[in-house]
Amino acid sequence: MSELDALYQEIILDHYKNPHHAGLRDPFEAEVHHVNPTCGDEVTLRVHVADGHVEDVSYDAVGCSISQASASVMADLVIGKPVDEAMAIHENFLTLMQGKGQVEPDEDVLEDGIAFAGVAKFPARVKCALLSWIAWKDATAQSLEAQS
Amino acid sequence: MTTLSSTGHPALAGLLPELEVVRKDFPILERTLANGQALVYLDSANTSQKPQVVIDAMVDHLEHHNANIARAMHQLGAESTEAFEGARDKVAAFLGAPSRDEVIFTKNATEALNLVASTLAWKGPRQVGEGDEIVITEMEHHSNIVPWQLLTERTGATLRWFGLTEGGQLDLSDVDTLITERTKVVSFTWVSNMLGTINPVAAITRRAHEVGAIVVVDASQAAPQLPIDLAAMAPEERPDVVVFTGHKVVGPTGIGVLWGRAGLLAELPPFLGGGEMIETVRMERSTYAPIPHKFEAGTPPIVEAVGLGAAVDYLRHLGLDAVRDHEHAITAYALDGLATVPGLRVLGPLDATERGGAISFEVDGVHPHDIAQVLDSRGVAVRAGHHCAKPAHARFGVQSTTRMSSYLYTTPAEIDALVEALEYTRSYFKLD
Repeated sequence: MSELDALYQEIILDHYKNPHHAGLRDPFEAEVHHVNPTCGDEVTLRVHVADGHVEDVSYDAVGCSISQASASVMADLVIGKPVDEAMAIHENFLTLMQGKGQVEPDEDVLEDGIAFAGVAKFPARVKCALLSWIAWKDATAQSLEAQS
Repeated sequence: MTTLSSTGHPALAGLLPELEVVRKDFPILERTLANGQALVYLDSANTSQKPQVVIDAMVDHLEHHNANIARAMHQLGAESTEAFEGARDKVAAFLGAPSRDEVIFTKNATEALNLVASTLAWKGPRQVGEGDEIVITEMEHHSNIVPWQLLTERTGATLRWFGLTEGGQLDLSDVDTLITERTKVVSFTWVSNMLGTINPVAAITRRAHEVGAIVVVDASQAAPQLPIDLAAMAPEERPDVVVFTGHKVVGPTGIGVLWGRAGLLAELPPFLGGGEMIETVRMERSTYAPIPHKFEAGTPPIVEAVGLGAAVDYLRHLGLDAVRDHEHAITAYALDGLATVPGLRVLGPLDATERGGAISFEVDGVHPHDIAQVLDSRGVAVRAGHHCAKPAHARFGVQSTTRMSSYLYTTPAEIDALVEALEYTRSYFKLD
């Protein structure tokens, strides 16, 4: 597989064309707006947490295929999970992205997220893949604070 | 397009004579990328590549003449000072500056613009205050927006700006309501780094001077590709300040130029304080050196100045008229080529005579980052994003664009490679 094909896996292009959980919904405890200042990608993201679970993640994102697909895969992975488990998945994805292509992805944890393994070899695109994940972590922390 | 060049490509009228020889001056153009791909460098509005003479001038200075300037009482110090001041003479000749002392070396164009915007906030005959207005335009690079926002925030002055027409020109219809007796500064780009638009410097400057405003022109994109002759301009049409950066005129990074009218530079207070910019220092207060050194505190970028001197000499040797004609020919050829790509929309003037060599565009269904990524896999280097011109993008309702930017070494075959790579990008993302 060429590096380009490794970057643009079919799974990524599928999520890009048909993003899951897109759009902004109620209810939510926190809404954040994150931007990638170097390229201008933006995401507005809401999190609804109840009983220690991520009940909903909704978002409105503008950006490249990698950033859009990443938001879609992230929402798939964390919605319905206990917050602790969702945070662990976030850590796992972060490790994969920061691994410069040397980290073997764990399909049991990351599911469709393993398709982003190829992105880690393109330093300029790692930030695209991480934009919505970092927004989610921020919003989730704010949701928990709002409830405590 | 009737004759064939040595490369087998139809020759375009206006290309630099002996383009293949000129390209050999730029060693980086010979290199290959991953998988043996040839480099097609179309990101010169971002930074230009460097000819061997510039590289050699810098290496020679470091190997044989290195010393601090204007303060070393030895032979190397004299040689280094002579090389640094010689570079100032070369830049003055490049701009047609009325006086070589009006050429100030800065770190880059951004620092040059900040120098003006900062010193105008400080006590002095030109100090900006409440009720005063600063006029810029919606097509500015962030470096010609943010310093003026800072100035107005610091002083209580008001920031106003020219909007843009659908075609990417400045909307000058409200010039008389924008430029008034309250206007203290009008600052605008000569050539847009995003839209490519060439702005009417003489007309805007004349209007601004009628109300007594200072005119600042960002020539970062103009200096590489348009002949500039400040001394030949009518005084009422000559800007008060013109800035550009070294690395876009085949020179090194780390050095920029502020040309300023001597009378204005005398009125502005010093920017940075330190060595070199003083006349005498006592513990109570200091007095300052005359221009240009008044604005050059500390050890300057000496080797970079030497490199810039070699760079502008190289451009003058080629002839800025010839460089402009080359850019014009390549830009016209590129606009024709891009027009053949389905779903592609160019932002900015579509007539090559009205624009410079930076062409920003969108392709339906593919994000600019993804375009740039696929292009890079084919060896074609372009820029994707907002190009430090977010307001101009917002004006056209787009978040980001892909930008190709040619220069004096760009060939028609490289434009063909771009167009082919764009076709490939569309098929890669299954848009056909």
